[in-house]
Amino acid sequence: MAEIVLRRGADAERKRSLVTPEGVDLSLSLADAGQRISAFAIDLMVMFGALIALILVLVGLLLLLLGLGTPAVEFLAIVGLLGFFLLRNFYFALMEMGPRAATFGKRALGLRVVARSGDRLTADRVIVRNMMREIEFYLPVSFLVYNSATGGEEVAWTLAGIVWTGVFLFFPLFNTDRLRVGDLLAGTWVISAPRRTLSADLFQRETRPAKPNEVEGEAGAGAAPAFVFTEAQLDVYGVYELQTLERVLREGRYDKIATVADAIRAKIDMAHDGGEDYLFLRAYYDASRARMERGLLFGKRREDKHDR
Amino acid sequence: MTAARPADSRKFRAAREDQWRRLEEILNQAEKRSVRKLSDEDLLALPILYRGALSSLSVARETSLDHELVTYLEGLCARAYFFVYGVRTSARQRLAAFFRADLPAAVRGLWRETLVALTLTLIGALTGYLLVSGDSSWYGAFVPEQLAGGRGFGASAETLRDTLYHDQGGQGLGFFATFLFTHNSGVAIWAFALGFAFGVPTALLLIQTGAMMGAFVALFASRGLGEELGGWLIIHGSSEILAIVLAGAAGFRIGWSVVFPGERTRLASASLGGTKAALVMGGVVVMLLVAGLLEGFGRQLILIDWIRYAIGLSMLLLWCVYFYLPRRAANG
Repeated sequence: MAEIVLRRGADAERKRSLVTPEGVDLSLSLADAGQRISAFAIDLMVMFGALIALILVLVGLLLLLLGLGTPAVEFLAIVGLLGFFLLRNFYFALMEMGPRAATFGKRALGLRVVARSGDRLTADRVIVRNMMREIEFYLPVSFLVYNSATGGEEVAWTLAGIVWTGVFLFFPLFNTDRLRVGDLLAGTWVISAPRRTLSADLFQRETRPAKPNEVEGEAGAGAAPAFVFTEAQLDVYGVYELQTLERVLREGRYDKIATVADAIRAKIDMAHDGGEDYLFLRAYYDASRARMERGLLFGKRREDKHDR
Repeated sequence: MTAARPADSRKFRAAREDQWRRLEEILNQAEKRSVRKLSDEDLLALPILYRGALSSLSVARETSLDHELVTYLEGLCARAYFFVYGVRTSARQRLAAFFRADLPAAVRGLWRETLVALTLTLIGALTGYLLVSGDSSWYGAFVPEQLAGGRGFGASAETLRDTLYHDQGGQGLGFFATFLFTHNSGVAIWAFALGFAFGVPTALLLIQTGAMMGAFVALFASRGLGEELGGWLIIHGSSEILAIVLAGAAGFRIGWSVVFPGERTRLASASLGGTKAALVMGGVVVMLLVAGLLEGFGRQLILIDWIRYAIGLSMLLLWCVYFYLPRRAANG
């Protein structure tokens, strides 16, 4: 079961509590570094794409207006430069001020910007957060580009630029809240709040997932054998194991299901009945969840198998 | 399959699922378009559905072991929370309040930092002026080639005079102005953003900007063009230099709150200073835009010195009145 064990510690580390005025803890989970970097990469591509589109439109206009001479060319150059300026300074800020509080990149990864205090995300917070981007990213980049364009005469300067970039780049990795310098100053953090759809309760799903070489409709046609578990057998695991089992069942990958079924049979000392592993697991899941939920009602909650 | 099934948690879910889905739909709509597109019915239902979902979440956490259900409800409640307690003012209202009250108040709040930034810039200007007047070889150290645009000690008085009234000759003055605008906004933003490094880079940047100005003045004064240069500079400079000084002041505020956090934690202090300073930066961008327009068009069209002075000085007066004139506190 080793490869299926969830990284429980890592999950808990990313949780941050936010108590609403109604008194319920929303327990938000922070975005991890990988998500942040991917979101930023997507945003850069969006901006780059927009810039290219702008340039193409301008070139198109230029060809049309070629007869008008330098004033037209100059006008287009102004529009281009201003467009670049606006894009660079306002793309992030305007997007994050919207109702989703996220740029396209953040949306794609299900992230959003939130005030650390749980208050409203105000416009000034968004502005600070994104102005700091100027020194975190644009400054070193334009510096490096400038240096390499002019022949990069001094190695020391290039090195200094790389060190500077590194400090800001890796800053989020060195604090537990994954804050950028901009987040730090603005009092914000980025959480992962993807849109989830509610899939059917496992109890309502009567058919098992299709095997790799099977048509979907045929699945689960066979009659379900009856399993009877003793209380001792149902008390082997705790909530954590039950929810791990839930994930395995939802994923519906047959190699995993077989591994887990064997592990559980060994643990509860039950012989293989010769039937399908999936059906066995479903039966075990149903029975032990029913037992545990009944326990919950009486205030008994076993976090995991080590919890006595 | 088996006799024992968690009937209670299943009933719980079946009874409320429709409401969760309705809340989800309303949120989808509101996030996609705007709040105003929601029907009255949905708007009224939203807070009730949100609180219903919250209560479902707390019940589910205590009684259901369906992990997926709990994560779904957590996600749904978080989305609804950010929407219900999110920003409600429209962009237009927000902008109006910003220019009417927030911006001037924020600028007034930074008066100490503004004085420091102004002093540093003046010291820079004086140093630049004195050094370049004493020894013209200093000029290159203060004014980058890119910005000098042919204005150097090698140029004759005639060419220099020309640059004041027909800058850049035929080659794209408007483009040059835009370039300067984006360059100067860059300087302003950096002066602000670098403030968190205890304000040291901000001070250096202000002194350097001042020195560049001083060097310019020294160059033109040495050819007897001081007065003319004054007009050329002040028409947009009164707005632009003030903007850069304010940006520097905002940077100092951040640096100050990092170094001397008072009773707050350093982090909380930095974020408080940062958000205050950000308001000022919003104004700075507007000022730079005005300066850019004056520089690109005003200076090109107006060639008479005294009108240039008049415009520049009245802009200065306008900004000062706007920012510093005492006014009655806004209602509420």
